[in-house]
Amino acid sequence: MTLVSGWGRFPVVDSDVLRPRSFEAVCEAVVTGSVARGNGRAYGDAAIGAVRTIGMTGFDRVRSFDPATGRIRLEAGVLLSDLIDTFGARGFLPFVVPGTRFVSVGGAIAADVHGKNHHCEGGFGRYVDSILLRTGEGETIEISREQNSDAFLATVGGMGLTGIILEATMRLRPVETGWIRERVISASDLDAAMRALDAGDAATYSVAWIDCAARGRDLGRSLIYLGEHAGKDELADGAATFPAGKNPELAVPVDLPSMTLNRYSIRAFNELYYRMGARRAGGDHVVSLYPYFFPLDSIAGWNRIYGRRGFLQHQCVIPEAGARAVLGEILDRVSRRGDASFLAVLKKLGQGDGILSFPLPGYTLALDFPVKGDILNFLDEIDRLVVAAGGRLYLAKDARQSRATFEAGYPALSRFNAIRKSLDPAGHIRSKLSQRLFDEV
Amino acid sequence: MSRKSAIVLGGSSDIGRATARAFAKAGYDVGLAGRDVAALEPDAADLRARYNVEVGLSKFDVLDTASFNGFVSGLPALPDVVISIVGLLGTQDTAQSDLAHATMIMRTNYEGPSLILGLFAEKFLARGSGTLVGVSSVAGDRGRASNYVYGSAKAGFSAFLSGLRARASRGGVQIVTVKPGFVRTKMTEGMKLIGPLTVDAPVVGDAILSAVENKTDVVYVSGKWRLVMLIIKTLPEAVFKKLKF
Repeated sequence: MTLVSGWGRFPVVDSDVLRPRSFEAVCEAVVTGSVARGNGRAYGDAAIGAVRTIGMTGFDRVRSFDPATGRIRLEAGVLLSDLIDTFGARGFLPFVVPGTRFVSVGGAIAADVHGKNHHCEGGFGRYVDSILLRTGEGETIEISREQNSDAFLATVGGMGLTGIILEATMRLRPVETGWIRERVISASDLDAAMRALDAGDAATYSVAWIDCAARGRDLGRSLIYLGEHAGKDELADGAATFPAGKNPELAVPVDLPSMTLNRYSIRAFNELYYRMGARRAGGDHVVSLYPYFFPLDSIAGWNRIYGRRGFLQHQCVIPEAGARAVLGEILDRVSRRGDASFLAVLKKLGQGDGILSFPLPGYTLALDFPVKGDILNFLDEIDRLVVAAGGRLYLAKDARQSRATFEAGYPALSRFNAIRKSLDPAGHIRSKLSQRLFDEV
Repeated sequence: MSRKSAIVLGGSSDIGRATARAFAKAGYDVGLAGRDVAALEPDAADLRARYNVEVGLSKFDVLDTASFNGFVSGLPALPDVVISIVGLLGTQDTAQSDLAHATMIMRTNYEGPSLILGLFAEKFLARGSGTLVGVSSVAGDRGRASNYVYGSAKAGFSAFLSGLRARASRGGVQIVTVKPGFVRTKMTEGMKLIGPLTVDAPVVGDAILSAVENKTDVVYVSGKWRLVMLIIKTLPEAVFKKLKF
């Protein structure tokens, strides 16, 4: 047994970790209580097997690529960072990228990850045409919107619980360059931030960073980043059409003492970040895709800044109608606590694609908290606000929500469970997350 | 000008795959050679899809030295670069009493790689150009209690490459010795590796490419290993023999 955790490093639990080298070996590795794991960037317990965790990053081959259409067939362990580095220079990028490029294709499908373009272009699963799935029952089947469509729609966003994703066929986006034309808008409070995001609906990419140390009149003050793919004619003379993807320049080599992040350091950081961003507000700038999409990827092991006990990310989505009041209430409570995070992100989402996909039309807010004190109780209270507003939490980030919160937020759960049961009648596929939220006890 | 070409012997290993990717990414046409050609097909498809290069496959068994002449003459063209990744860690405990196992470790790490690179060296010298890369090991720098059967074979391979370099460099042929240190691969899975001294296979692939392009003689993939092995090599035998690592 090995101690395993997600990116948030909470919880840390025992699981038997295997790294099979062939699809046959994957099938043999499945015992009751198994789940697949990609690059381990889910924050909580989603990619930890109840008994056995099947590491898939060794499956990193591209099967075929058609430059005429951008269609690609690949093994599930290929990382998006690899796809970007390899195919970016040939003029193709993934349609959807989350906030880190160090995720596997299989993980991105299982979490149906969203990016800064979800409000207009949907999630990762929308660009997946078919999946080779090893079901819990032991069959290997090709699933798509046309063939085994229930299994497909349950697998996109299904947190790996329908079986093990072995391969996928997806479409890549043709791009002229690897650069983004960015516009920064500063918003002095939450109303202004939400208005700016609404006004940014037409932008391909939009996201807001919220200063969650700001209180009172300034509550919700934000920087909104809009982005479009830049054409060749927009690049500075001599700039490479595709910027080099640098390895992380900084690294957090050890766990920082948990006191490193306190209300003073967080406030100072937020103040500085807001002021520097606000100075760039206004005109358009052309920036490399790497800092635009993956600002934290430049710091290896940034999850260690929260200390040895790890951290929790709380990401909720609130339907559009009631969003303003609930978001205001959450931000107010968070700012009063004083330990909220460097990373408060607000963005608009559209309709989700899979049965259990997280997105719904509304606003999503993501917050980080170090694991200490009464944080679990505090988040339970936030969850009550989310549920009352018809919202829900993102399973890929979750390590602690209650069954009641989960069941209230995902009304399609019974349909998902029925499909899961048909693919895995004996219940072989189980993760720590499914034990916590899905499985019959 | 036609594209450069590189052949990777031991193409299905993790370091072999990473090296093939590094060279294909740099625009080389690539040959993959291994015992099981069918098992190399997915890697060939991967290289073609990613980098739009030509990829050839050939059967190569490092223990079947009788086939080496045929292997070299059977290649469609003499490549610009030949890289031997072949190796077998084996089990030291077993090798201490099981002569067949010890022999296999020695032949896989020393005899086969030396003979095949030596054969290519003759062809390259006749042509007057080319680069040969041997992946040896820091374990060959000094025999240690925990792995001296493997280490002695790697020491022999390193010595062979060193001598070949001295002879071949006058003939326009470059010889590169690579000492990777700890690498996270199938071969080392389950072993306790020291984090700061351990790299992933792609780092080794990139280091081999850059050694070939920069005409480096001996490469420690991580500079830290050069220091570690310098210390290990200079310890007096009276002290060294008391160490159990």
